[in-house]
Amino acid sequence: MRFYEYEAREIVKRAGIPVTDYGFTTDADEAATIAERIAGPTVIKSQVLTGGRMKAGGVKFADTPDEARAHAADILKLEINGLQPRGVLVDPKADVKQEYYMGVVWDGAAKKPLMLFSDMGGIDIEQVAEEHPDHVGRGHFSTLEPFSDFMAKQVIADAGVTGKALQRCTPILARLAQLFLDNDMLLAEINPLAELHDGTFVALDAHMEMENEGMGRQKALIKALGIGPEEGTRETYVPSAFEEAVLAVDAADHRGVIQGKDNGFDGNIGLIIGAGGGSLTLTDAVRQQGGKPANYSEIGGNPSVAKACGLAKAVLQKDGVEQIAVMMSIVSNTRVDIVARGVIKACLELGKDPAETIAIFRIPGAWEDEGFKILDKYGIEYCDRSVSLWDAAGRAVAKIQGAGA
Amino acid sequence: MSILIDENTTFIIQGITGREAINLTRECLDYGSKIVGGVTPGRKGREVHGVPVFDTIAQLIEHNGGQVPDGSVVTVPPAGTKDAVFEALYAGIKTIVVVTERIPRRDVAAMVELADRNGARIIGPNCLGLIVPGVAKMGGIGGPAKNAAQAYQPGSVGVMSRSGGMTTEISSTLTAAGLGVSTAVSIGGDAIIGSTYAELMPYFEADEQTQAIVIYTEPGGRMEAQLSAWVKENNSRLPIIAFMAGKFMDDDEMQGMSFGHAGTIVEGKEDSATEKIARLQEAGIPVVERIDEIPDMVKKLIAERSAA
Repeated sequence: MRFYEYEAREIVKRAGIPVTDYGFTTDADEAATIAERIAGPTVIKSQVLTGGRMKAGGVKFADTPDEARAHAADILKLEINGLQPRGVLVDPKADVKQEYYMGVVWDGAAKKPLMLFSDMGGIDIEQVAEEHPDHVGRGHFSTLEPFSDFMAKQVIADAGVTGKALQRCTPILARLAQLFLDNDMLLAEINPLAELHDGTFVALDAHMEMENEGMGRQKALIKALGIGPEEGTRETYVPSAFEEAVLAVDAADHRGVIQGKDNGFDGNIGLIIGAGGGSLTLTDAVRQQGGKPANYSEIGGNPSVAKACGLAKAVLQKDGVEQIAVMMSIVSNTRVDIVARGVIKACLELGKDPAETIAIFRIPGAWEDEGFKILDKYGIEYCDRSVSLWDAAGRAVAKIQGAGA
Repeated sequence: MSILIDENTTFIIQGITGREAINLTRECLDYGSKIVGGVTPGRKGREVHGVPVFDTIAQLIEHNGGQVPDGSVVTVPPAGTKDAVFEALYAGIKTIVVVTERIPRRDVAAMVELADRNGARIIGPNCLGLIVPGVAKMGGIGGPAKNAAQAYQPGSVGVMSRSGGMTTEISSTLTAAGLGVSTAVSIGGDAIIGSTYAELMPYFEADEQTQAIVIYTEPGGRMEAQLSAWVKENNSRLPIIAFMAGKFMDDDEMQGMSFGHAGTIVEGKEDSATEKIARLQEAGIPVVERIDEIPDMVKKLIAERSAA
């Protein structure tokens, strides 16, 4: 789950990291009131779950409350990368002497969380790491042992920072590391962390992403941030009609798992394929042999007839789909006969001849004899494990191209 | 021989009374595996296909005269998985297959860290386990004994796969070509897993039966870079052949994966299919286009090694 900046800064604040006296609002007049309270120059920032706010005009500076109101009114109407802002953040314009970067992320190779720190903040850490590696400190830490401040200190010192800055940044990075673990984050970032002219340090922006798998035990935090269950995991893109249809079929029946995606696909071969790795392999195989998939799918975990039928119907009803290819790598718990029944049922209910509609059926494994009997009965072309995934995909492509000619 | 398990390996099933676990127990017993007990808190005194059930691993060990089982298959819901794995590790169990999916990363990291300290090895999570054809299987790999026997015949090739299903597809292809499989391991596809390709290589290296390795991989993560580095640093006697799925995800219109910037500096640009293929090939690991090309490539490389 991704968080808006105002939420990320609230998370940081709850962890005891200093933040500015900002305010969040969805109303331009209230933006003026916040600016009045701040009593000085402000920054008005669009609260939207996408990057490139500055470039799009979603970040503006104001000297007076009236100006803050006008900017807020503009920004509240401004769509960025197709997304409407949630509101605006009114932030005191900080008197910055130096900007720092700090972040915590998982390192899959080391299997541990990794702290990153740089005295070159405010810009992409990726770019700093590439151009100025000596300005980036890194350090793994344990998920078993208690965190201790010296671990953060080492990382900051490795970035070449010493003196008062080292002392002041250490507890901040330590708290960020702790909140990363405590809140099941995938990414916890403060950029920039600003050193002000008065010598204090303050988080001017924060970026947080929580692992979806951890949301179940982070309900208290999510609720405290005012995020309702209807927001789900805040996936970035809007599901298509096809994807919605597949989600509904999946939700209606707990047996097995199906997934259907068509973002980026607009071909004529509907795919009923699986499972995880088999889907990736088969989509590649269809494309490499000149086929044009209409969708990407995953089916597995022993789905019911209704589920296989629902997925097949959704695929068949997609614009441009002429035939479907039903293919999986060798299955062990998914029953071949059940998938066969499901896809045949879908064809019949849509008034289509299964033999004409199913370009190829290649699912070998559990209950295959029963499955093959049913397929025989309807005259559907199928094959067993002696035909490779590649060849099965090739047959489907050849058939649909023949049909189109 | 084999890696990690053999005909004498004893193991337990944690979460044995769950629906999937009951099937899994049946499949493993039918295949010849030695399951010495199961654990489900609150279900002491029951039996699953003749396997006695206990509330705790300590009770199970006591019942077995103090004998610590060699392994455990953990199939409990994600919220309880870390605790179950800790229980197994504290009991002294050394090989733990974690079947459960969707475990928070923090928990996976903690159990892997504790396993490392205890000299234990975790396979998975989110995996189907491992199989030594004709000897034993630990986990759902290959399905019912009859199906497993059809796809997995004893032979000379070690298989490691991030996809459970593709482990069987590849092994079946090797079996059909007469090469067979020494040990096949479904390592799991999550961002953090207990045992990566590179970490399992020394086991295969030490297994005389294994003459070559086949890996199945996907976009995401740095596991192939690690394997490539391992191959360059160790003068392995084993040729490795890779199959990479998910090439279509490299296309511009398919870019849906989001990574923070900090994530990118950790993963580098090494996580796309194209980059991975280049890295593997650079380390002398051929990447075949099609699964059905694997057997010929294996035969060719074994012949080259034995001629050299």
